[in-house]
Amino acid sequence: MIGINHYLVLSAILFAISVMGIFLNRKNIIVVLMSIELMLLAVNFNFITFSSFLHNLAGQVFVFFTLTVAAAESAIGLAVLIILFRNLRSINVQDMDSLHG
Amino acid sequence: MIQNLMVENPFAHLYLLIILAPLISSIIVGLFGFAIGKRASHSLAILGVFIATICSYIVLYKVQCQNLFYNGSLYTWLTVGHQSFAVGILIDKLTSIMLVVVSSVSLMVHIYTIGYMAGEEGYQRFFSYISLFTFMMFVLVLANNFVQLFFGWEGVGLVSYLLIGFYFKRESAIFANLKAFLVNRIGDLGFLLGISLILAYCGTLNYSEVFNIVPTLANATLPGGFNLITVICILLFIGAMGKSAQFPLHVWLPDSMEGPTPISALIHAATMVTAGIFMVARLSPLYNMSHTALSVIVVLGGINCLFLGILGIIQNDIKRVVAYSTLSQLGYMAVALGCGAYSIAIFHLMTHAFFKGLLFLGAGSVIIAMHHEQDMRKMGGLAKYMPITYVTMLIGSLALAGIPPFAGFFSKDMILESAKLAYQSGLPAGWFAVFTVYASVIVTGIYSFRLIFMTFHGEERFRNSHHDHQEHSHGDHHGVTEVRESPWVVTLPLILMAIPSAIIGWIGFSSFVSNSVLADSVFNIGWYLSHIQDEAVMPVQMVIQSFSELPVYLAFAGILIAWMCHKNPAFTEKFVKAIGPVYTLLERKFYMDDLYINLFAPAGRGIGRFLWNIGDVVIIDGLAVNGSAKVVDLYSKILRKIQSGYVNSYATFMVLGVIILLTFCTRLIFN
Repeated sequence: MIGINHYLVLSAILFAISVMGIFLNRKNIIVVLMSIELMLLAVNFNFITFSSFLHNLAGQVFVFFTLTVAAAESAIGLAVLIILFRNLRSINVQDMDSLHG
Repeated sequence: MIQNLMVENPFAHLYLLIILAPLISSIIVGLFGFAIGKRASHSLAILGVFIATICSYIVLYKVQCQNLFYNGSLYTWLTVGHQSFAVGILIDKLTSIMLVVVSSVSLMVHIYTIGYMAGEEGYQRFFSYISLFTFMMFVLVLANNFVQLFFGWEGVGLVSYLLIGFYFKRESAIFANLKAFLVNRIGDLGFLLGISLILAYCGTLNYSEVFNIVPTLANATLPGGFNLITVICILLFIGAMGKSAQFPLHVWLPDSMEGPTPISALIHAATMVTAGIFMVARLSPLYNMSHTALSVIVVLGGINCLFLGILGIIQNDIKRVVAYSTLSQLGYMAVALGCGAYSIAIFHLMTHAFFKGLLFLGAGSVIIAMHHEQDMRKMGGLAKYMPITYVTMLIGSLALAGIPPFAGFFSKDMILESAKLAYQSGLPAGWFAVFTVYASVIVTGIYSFRLIFMTFHGEERFRNSHHDHQEHSHGDHHGVTEVRESPWVVTLPLILMAIPSAIIGWIGFSSFVSNSVLADSVFNIGWYLSHIQDEAVMPVQMVIQSFSELPVYLAFAGILIAWMCHKNPAFTEKFVKAIGPVYTLLERKFYMDDLYINLFAPAGRGIGRFLWNIGDVVIIDGLAVNGSAKVVDLYSKILRKIQSGYVNSYATFMVLGVIILLTFCTRLIFN
């Protein structure tokens, strides 16, 4: 029987994968953006799970907001990425260290 | 004890004039000397000292004839807690005598300087310095407290330093003034420690208050079991050792002859070097309480008196002979102090100021005639060319050798007498005092008349001298062909100094011996008093008596030896060869200079270098300053690794931070 725990664990795994994607990724900044999307999806998954199990629609409504924000965010993120690429001629994360101490 | 403050002030304006007249003239000459010219400069300087001299004689009259005293503060300089330090004036009999001696000699030297320094570079500077010196000496003499004494003490030391290095382009002069400065620092350290002890135990630095308190401290001891009064007296005498050139801090005085001759007369013979003697006499109530300290003074004075006097015999530089004789005479004064006969020490100080000032000025006159040649081997036979200089210097030498009836005889004979008294009264080291003062009577006769014979008699060696000895000559380098008597500005002071050198003994003798001239300011020690009351001698009796006693014959023996050595150079040479190693010892000045230059100076520099290399470079710079910077640097090097600049590592830390925070928050909430 698939219970709430399975959903929540799946969501946590997704979240952990996306966090690791940000943590460990040293090559491609697009992967970072993708990881952020995945992270948001993991959160959405949580929302929907609780909404379904608690019989409360507010959670599913909230997911729509999140998706909207995620879409806007990835649009801005990609735009920044393009400008970044134009300036640095690279999408390598390791090249973007001008804050280096 | 010193009289308490009187209500009316009989000396108002007088002491201000004495102090300020030389100071103002010094400042004007020093700052505007070039603007107002040489003539105005020396007139102004002489005017300042002349005013002070007149006022000093008025003070002398008021004190000695009308029995007036004054002890009061002019101005509060500093107040710290309950302690206040004032600029104060003490006028008593001792002050009045010192004022007259200082101002008279200073006036003579000022006049003399016109002739001696004519055409020298730094003419105005010289006048400014000697006026400043006169001011400082007056401050020292008039002080009624230790702080002001110390101010004057350091002030005269400063001017002495400046004047020894007057020819500042000459390396030997720079060496000499640095030496004088450093040696005096050692003395001043002792002096300061002594003053500090007095302040710590008496709570005041005013002379009369201190003298009222010290009898209660007679048995006080310092931690370690030393008697307080003895320690204070010895520390203060260490100061006097520096200033009055007592063994072993005497090494600076012969070198100070690098300065121009007038200041050798004023500072290094007549006044400044006697400041230590004056100080001990001023503090006689203190010194009377410690026979140990008196014995120390006697021993050191005796060493000065005899052993440094002997060095005068082998010197060839005319000024150095007089310088060593000054050391010897300062030794006499110290012996008198140590024997508790303070008034006799002041008596000798006074006669010495005149005859030694005279000898220096005479030596200067010879140096002028010889075109700044100071080597006596290149003089000789000057008597017929320079009669005034010859006669005055002869008077000075007779006074120095202690031949009756000249001034030095009276004071010196009384020192011999008081040494004997001290010995009979059981002062430890009294025998040493008696031995040294008697022995050095011969020595004094030898060196003072060796100078006279070498300079004024015999063959005229200056005619064919080539001045190969360039060290001291900075004027005309051609051989001297014509010798003339010096101008009147030089001979007048000589004559004016020769008069007191001849007669002041007659005037001062009775009153100094009975101490009536210094009553209530200088207190001779008990054994001296009890003896002196038995026999009151008149000067005439004294002169007649002296011919039945040993010292006069010793002095004549000294002169005779000098004469024989002068007539018979071959014998002298043989004698010198015979005593070979002893002569070397004397020539090396008992290796005292070598001791200082090869042991103490390198040791001092070594300590300095150690503190610099280890203390400063390693500990302060290395550990404290750079070390703390390095620690900060080390930690920041570790911490800056975190600032990789990669967005994802920042995000990592952010998430980790959130996790930690959440953990703590949940624990807080649920527990």
